[in-house]
Amino acid sequence: MNASAPTIWLRHSKVTLALHPLRAERRAGARPLLLLHGRGEATAARVPEFTEPWPGAVLGLDFTGHGASTIPRGGGYTAEQLMADADVALAHLGPATVLGRGLGAYVALLLSGARPTLVRGAILCDGPGLAGGGPRPTTPSIPWPAERDDGLAPDPFALVDLARDVRPPDYATSFTRQASQLSGLERPVSVCSFERPDWLAAVCEEPGVAITRIRDALEEYARSA
Amino acid sequence: MSEPGTAAEADPPSYPTAQAPDRQRDVDATGLRIRVYEWGDPEAPPILFAHGGFDFARTYDVFAPLVAGAGFRVVSWDQRGHGASEHAALYNWDADARDALAVLDTIGRAPIPFLGHSKGGSVLMHLADACPHRVSKLVNIDGLPSRQRHPDVSEHERSKLLASELAGWLDHRRRAAGKQRRAADSLDVLARRRGQMNPRLSFEWLRYLAGIGARRDADGWRWKLDPTLRFGGFGPWRPEWALQRLPALAVPMLGFLASVTEPMGWDTTEEILAPYRPAHAEFLTFPDTGHFLHIERPHEVASRVLEFLAS
Repeated sequence: MNASAPTIWLRHSKVTLALHPLRAERRAGARPLLLLHGRGEATAARVPEFTEPWPGAVLGLDFTGHGASTIPRGGGYTAEQLMADADVALAHLGPATVLGRGLGAYVALLLSGARPTLVRGAILCDGPGLAGGGPRPTTPSIPWPAERDDGLAPDPFALVDLARDVRPPDYATSFTRQASQLSGLERPVSVCSFERPDWLAAVCEEPGVAITRIRDALEEYARSA
Repeated sequence: MSEPGTAAEADPPSYPTAQAPDRQRDVDATGLRIRVYEWGDPEAPPILFAHGGFDFARTYDVFAPLVAGAGFRVVSWDQRGHGASEHAALYNWDADARDALAVLDTIGRAPIPFLGHSKGGSVLMHLADACPHRVSKLVNIDGLPSRQRHPDVSEHERSKLLASELAGWLDHRRRAAGKQRRAADSLDVLARRRGQMNPRLSFEWLRYLAGIGARRDADGWRWKLDPTLRFGGFGPWRPEWALQRLPALAVPMLGFLASVTEPMGWDTTEEILAPYRPAHAEFLTFPDTGHFLHIERPHEVASRVLEFLAS
């Protein structure tokens, strides 16, 4: 972590979230870049190299049950709850560009549709948990973690619940459309992943979605940062 | 049955024919404390009851004794965040199903009948789909899937996904830390407030529920319900997925349907269900009856349930 900037602790309902400042802003008042990790991950200890051109501060959020954030008892994870985690970070940061890996990419897309004026560009990258539980429910089952619940992150319930959350393509595109219609940005969503599960393939077909590289997406959003 | 801080201390609630559970205990469900209640002879054949969203197990205080009195051990539980069970940080269908399975595991491994109202009916249908080896018969009281939205669960059709709704939900989450339900000056006020969502239930009954389902804080009375739970919501789940699973049910099923539309109701009709009716299912629509059929007509519902269980 960035030794000069201590972790910011934020409250989301019964959970305390860790927001890690990874790098200070390079230009006063420039918009921050919020990084969202993938399923089973946590915020990386070092600021990723690809953020080099970003003028604002770079921060990473640990989702509920991951990294330094609270591990709640009894599971019950949904991608929508993680979207609300990220929204609590936005409440602290104000308008931000959001870059997510895997599960974090899906959450970034949801948030771009739900908070179209606060998310100034969502960048969707490869990472664990990009496909979720697929486009529709599969065999009914009661998911139980295979790993022992030893109080350590990531929460084993997060791993099972977030491998099952259903992601219908038209659910994902309804968020994309809200981002397009309400953000005022020409291209509010940038897809930089090679993996394209059904929801993401559908998102790629929507107006306002750029298919690009991470560096190019950051440069584009940095122009208005 | 009274606990410190509950209404029972100051004002023992009563309602004609209502009976407090004969036994109660706590179950550790994936780390959460879940309160379990039982009515009837502990040696009698068991049946599992599940309550609806924003309710609690003791909303069965009139209905459960009718079933228990006919020779059953009725086992029910307060769902996470409801009644006397612990408030969770997170809520979803899988978590509710895991809690249900944890309760079921304390009864035994042999298949038993399930009965659920509203959201409880939906959770138990999911459990029956996932664990067909644990269920022998299924009773559903106005919790059968519809093409309509499910008002008392946190998910409904994506067509309702509107920017204002999403922002409203996120605003609610931002404010959720330390949030309290609105306090009422008296149990009467709390009962009247609930009457707005349950307009067909008598004040006398709602006042009884307030007496067992509320707690007294320094600033007034509150339902024990987790204040972060919110009516309505959104999500990827579609009711038609549950409808499409209905024909797969192999166990005998009895479904009760309301005929009067209410704020908490699901508006499912026999017409909607007809194409999906499982081979061994019977659906009954009660005339001039709302969503809480077992509270409005406890004797009629109990007698049909007992007939079904005996067949």
